[in-house]
Amino acid sequence: MEHYPRVCVMGEDVGHYGGSYKVTKDLAKKFGDLRVLDTPIAENSFTGMAIGAAMTGIRPVVEGMNMGFLLLAFNQISDNCGMLHYTSGGQFTIPTVIRGPGGVGRQPGAEHSQMLEFYFQSIPGIQMVACSTPYNAKGLMKAAIRSENPVVLFELVLLYNLKERIPDEMRYHVMQAAKTLVNKGYDPEVIDIRSLKPFDLYTIGNSVKKTHRVLIVEECMRTGGIGASLTAAINENFRYYLDTPIVCLSSKDVPAPYAGTLEEWTVVQPPQIVTAVEQLCEL
Amino acid sequence: MSQLTHRAPPLLKPLSAALSASRHLTSASTAPITVETSLPFTGHKIEPPSRSVETTPQELLTFFRDMALMRRMEIAADSLYKAKLIRGFCHLYDGQEAVSVGMEAAITRKDCIITAYRDHCLFLSRGGTLLESFAELMGRKDGCSKGKGGSMHFYKKSGGFYGGHGIVGAQVPLGCGLAFAQKYNKDETVTFAMYGDGAANQGQLFEALNMAALWDLPAILVCENNHYGMGTAEWRAAKSPAYYKRGDYVPGLKVDGMDVLAVKQACKFAKEHALKNGPIILEMDTYRYHGHSMSDPGSTYRTRDEISGVRQERDPIERIRKLILSHDIATEKELKETEKEVRKEVDEAIAKAKESPLPDSSELFTNIYVKGLGVESFGADRRELRAVLP
Repeated sequence: MEHYPRVCVMGEDVGHYGGSYKVTKDLAKKFGDLRVLDTPIAENSFTGMAIGAAMTGIRPVVEGMNMGFLLLAFNQISDNCGMLHYTSGGQFTIPTVIRGPGGVGRQPGAEHSQMLEFYFQSIPGIQMVACSTPYNAKGLMKAAIRSENPVVLFELVLLYNLKERIPDEMRYHVMQAAKTLVNKGYDPEVIDIRSLKPFDLYTIGNSVKKTHRVLIVEECMRTGGIGASLTAAINENFRYYLDTPIVCLSSKDVPAPYAGTLEEWTVVQPPQIVTAVEQLCEL
Repeated sequence: MSQLTHRAPPLLKPLSAALSASRHLTSASTAPITVETSLPFTGHKIEPPSRSVETTPQELLTFFRDMALMRRMEIAADSLYKAKLIRGFCHLYDGQEAVSVGMEAAITRKDCIITAYRDHCLFLSRGGTLLESFAELMGRKDGCSKGKGGSMHFYKKSGGFYGGHGIVGAQVPLGCGLAFAQKYNKDETVTFAMYGDGAANQGQLFEALNMAALWDLPAILVCENNHYGMGTAEWRAAKSPAYYKRGDYVPGLKVDGMDVLAVKQACKFAKEHALKNGPIILEMDTYRYHGHSMSDPGSTYRTRDEISGVRQERDPIERIRKLILSHDIATEKELKETEKEVRKEVDEAIAKAKESPLPDSSELFTNIYVKGLGVESFGADRRELRAVLP
């Protein structure tokens, strides 16, 4: 925001309150109310406003207080954000960043725990990225703001409270499982695909060629999730390098329950990852 | 005060006709005339502007020509649609020309206009050419959106025309975003966010209005009330069809949208207001002769008598014609000449547009991302290789 006067932030309670997760703390004091805009609770129209402003060259960063609230703005994100560059024959670019936290953690209940990348993955024209550590969150945010394309940046609620470079829950689970596997004598290669749209099939392809077995672990739901898309993409492109069918471990197809134990069971846990890898390698 | 007529490319007008028209237009005087609008303005929480509008003979002639051009373009689009050269949805603006011409007369190209899908004539008034228009309708390469947008997606960035949107009401928050950008950049310009009586019931409109009023954005919301939201009459869809009052705390003005001078006066007034005091709603009382779109005959929910009644009593082009004749600015014959010229221009543009090629298959993948991302990767959504995979 310091270097580019056209970058501004819009969202509920981002200004004076500092952001519901303190992401935009003190920005309003520094840059003023117009550049760090506190919006009323009107996701559909303030996302629309951000897109309209982006059409003229402003670079808004829209914060959805929770990823789930972005569903209210889905029409704006899909039609106006994603497709305007195409339907105008390239006349308008929409350099917006739409970001929001999602995911389970601290039992926020069904409507506040959604991981909604899969709804947005088929919108042509947007880039989707997901961060998994505070370190890559910074990098992805900067890259997203600099990108000329609309970017939807998915963050995780649990990440916000971390001060050190400890990764997010899913990555944490995977790394734990990986450590267990290494101790058992396996040689797993872990790829944290930060770019969800488009998929970085180059890196993935290189890894498939080396290892020949793929396990996808995600926090999305099983049906229609990003994992399902990725399975199809890898199958289509690297079919001959796979020794076994791809296994995809995702969250259960249920609304996230409130009770702590139930919430834990909807998400993939490290022992499940270890078992899945062992099964893959036996085949 | 830029008008289409001056922007019509010379190659579409044969020399003799060009001479006769331009001789007439340039020789027409710029001495001011004052005309009274057909009806007084009605205000909501605001003092309405005066009924007396200043204009000049030259301006009246330009109005006539521009509206005749738009009318001719829409009728031609009708025939092209029936000939299956235009497919999909085609929403025609004939009957409502006064709104677009009057608005353009009151503002500059730096002001922004955004509208929904009934956008052909607004595109023209913002500097679009007939060729771009017809080519886009027919899905050709020379269209304003390279043939990839279609009837509902006309845009002209250089003319400050932001489209061209298919989803009802979604353009109003975009319009407020344009106004936000204008305020952010301290441009001293305004945005006209247009919508219809059907869209006036959308929630996002009120959300956007709230935000525009909260932050004093220079947004003018223009409701083109043609009394029918597709097949539903306004009294069947809205508890309060007084759309100019719907803003509650936002002032509103009701304007006779079939009187181009009234529209001009209202838009000028609204621009001054928006720059100082924030948003204002303009309700243009207008009418469309065609149905909602080309697949709607337009006569199942209204009587033919109603349509022909409006055409006889309130047609915008006829009103200007009578004004011109009564002030002796031109003769009947000269006006007919103009109409013939305009018809020729449209026919030539269509012929040229028909020659334009269809877009190349490579265009399928352009303009999805800016600069094609330039990254060595591609998504599962397309099989086009951007880089050879390992």
